[in-house]
Amino acid sequence: MAVSDLLRPLLLLAALSLLALLASVSLGSADLSLGQTLQVLVGGGSDLDRTLILDLRLPRSLSAFATGGLLAVAGALMQVLLRNPLADPYVLGLSGGAAVGALLAMLAGAAGVLVSGSAFAGALLSTFLVFGLARATGAWTPARLLLTGVVIAAGWGAVMTLILATAPGRRLPGMLYWLMGDLSQSGRPWPALSVLVVACALLLPLGRTLNVLARGTAQAAVLGVAVRPLEWLVYLTASALTAVAVTTAGTVGFVGLIVPHMLRLALGSDQRLILPACALAGGTLLVVADMLARTVVAPEQLPVGVITALIGVPAFLFLLARSR
Amino acid sequence: MSLRADELVIDIPGRASGTPLSLAFNGGEVWGILGPNGVGKSTLLQTLIGLRPPRAGQVLLDDRPLPRVPRRTRAQRLGLVFQEHQDGFPATVLETTLAGRHPWASPWRMESADDLARARAALERLDVMPLADRQVHTLSGGERRRVGIATVLTQSPQVWLLDEPTNHLDLHHQVAVMGLIRSLAEEGRSVLMCLHDLNLAARWCDRILLLFPGGDACWGPARDMLVPAVLEGLYGQPLRSTELDGYPVFMPA
Repeated sequence: MAVSDLLRPLLLLAALSLLALLASVSLGSADLSLGQTLQVLVGGGSDLDRTLILDLRLPRSLSAFATGGLLAVAGALMQVLLRNPLADPYVLGLSGGAAVGALLAMLAGAAGVLVSGSAFAGALLSTFLVFGLARATGAWTPARLLLTGVVIAAGWGAVMTLILATAPGRRLPGMLYWLMGDLSQSGRPWPALSVLVVACALLLPLGRTLNVLARGTAQAAVLGVAVRPLEWLVYLTASALTAVAVTTAGTVGFVGLIVPHMLRLALGSDQRLILPACALAGGTLLVVADMLARTVVAPEQLPVGVITALIGVPAFLFLLARSR
Repeated sequence: MSLRADELVIDIPGRASGTPLSLAFNGGEVWGILGPNGVGKSTLLQTLIGLRPPRAGQVLLDDRPLPRVPRRTRAQRLGLVFQEHQDGFPATVLETTLAGRHPWASPWRMESADDLARARAALERLDVMPLADRQVHTLSGGERRRVGIATVLTQSPQVWLLDEPTNHLDLHHQVAVMGLIRSLAEEGRSVLMCLHDLNLAARWCDRILLLFPGGDACWGPARDMLVPAVLEGLYGQPLRSTELDGYPVFMPA
């Protein structure tokens, strides 16, 4: 693969991302023309338009982009780590930990940053729980890690049900929205965006090593890869990215599963291309999904996770059927 | 450049002890490792390449203990053709083969034209070039085997370890792979392979290592080792043998 083979699809995806962001900040309960939007973005426009775009829609759209990118990159990493193309970022129980953290905070009456912080703590707790248990039992294989994750996830699921069953009725809608992915609380996109950019920059030189790891651990070891440290690095990175995404927007499903899978069907399986492409395509998908969530039944808003599932499930099944 | 085993005892679970192996695998020689199932042939290869720690003794690469040789250097000098194809992620035949260049390439560069040319030449040599764009998991067992060998050919190590390289191969490709192995030895590389086919071993190996159940081992020139009396004891199987064109030929009695 030559550098130009990398750049062409990435430039195309970057152009799509920009278009999606532009559409997303223009459309909403009050639609703006492309001209009005561009005017605001270059520093002009009316005060109302400026507030609408710069204070409300742009931060939310950028949060959506960052969340989608983080989830897709984390999904691609988990899939290489477990050598299972159908793994997703939540497969190891991380979303359950985050959800329990968030629900407990909501139960206590907290909102905003406290909920996010509690979700992040829950995600990390879950990561280290799975990490510790898989390690304590000796040599781990993808299957062992996967099973540990699945069991932990089931445990979190029970705790979530317990919280939902005992929570006062007035708190339930907020909780359910959070569980389906909710971008309306995400005012500050910069932490998630910078994590996404830094992660992509750090992962790029590892791309070919990840390609070799994807060939299997023994093969990677004889080709000079330090397999175990690399596996932990990939696991912890994917977990951290997912934790940041969950903290930003709750548990948005399907992005981490379908985006890497669709990209591999379209672009092949070279991680040097797939990882940055995931960042762009995952971001684009969630920006579009969030735009739909805001506009389809406006002024009501849908949880963005409903939209990603509605787009994701048929798209995934179609691609799966076509790839045979 | 050489690979040596120094008082090496491989680690087989449940086995009390074994003959310590002190062997030098010199360039230009083809070694065949023979023995019944489960005797530790694959384990020996994996120990020699550093995938498994030995129970005792050590492996020396250029007189340095293997764990002290940097991973990358190890991967440049030693190559292993696995017995079974691993379950990897979907990838094309060409991508799989190109992985062999990993120990040689800088993390900051894409594969060079030279890397690509080597991978293509290796696929050509193993007769799988027409499959270059196919997904590996759609190939037959014999085709995968040849892709595995092409990957190590692309890696171009000085020491080749092959775990039953002729598994799944049709007769023609078995002979082609043995021809490749001989030409590697003529280039001065060392070759060690596990085999089950006595006739292939007799025809193409210079030296033979016999691994007995229970951990005993003996080794020497192929001509001295491949005699019915010894092999019947090794496999617990009566044999008949004759000679054809100067090579022994074996048939189960």
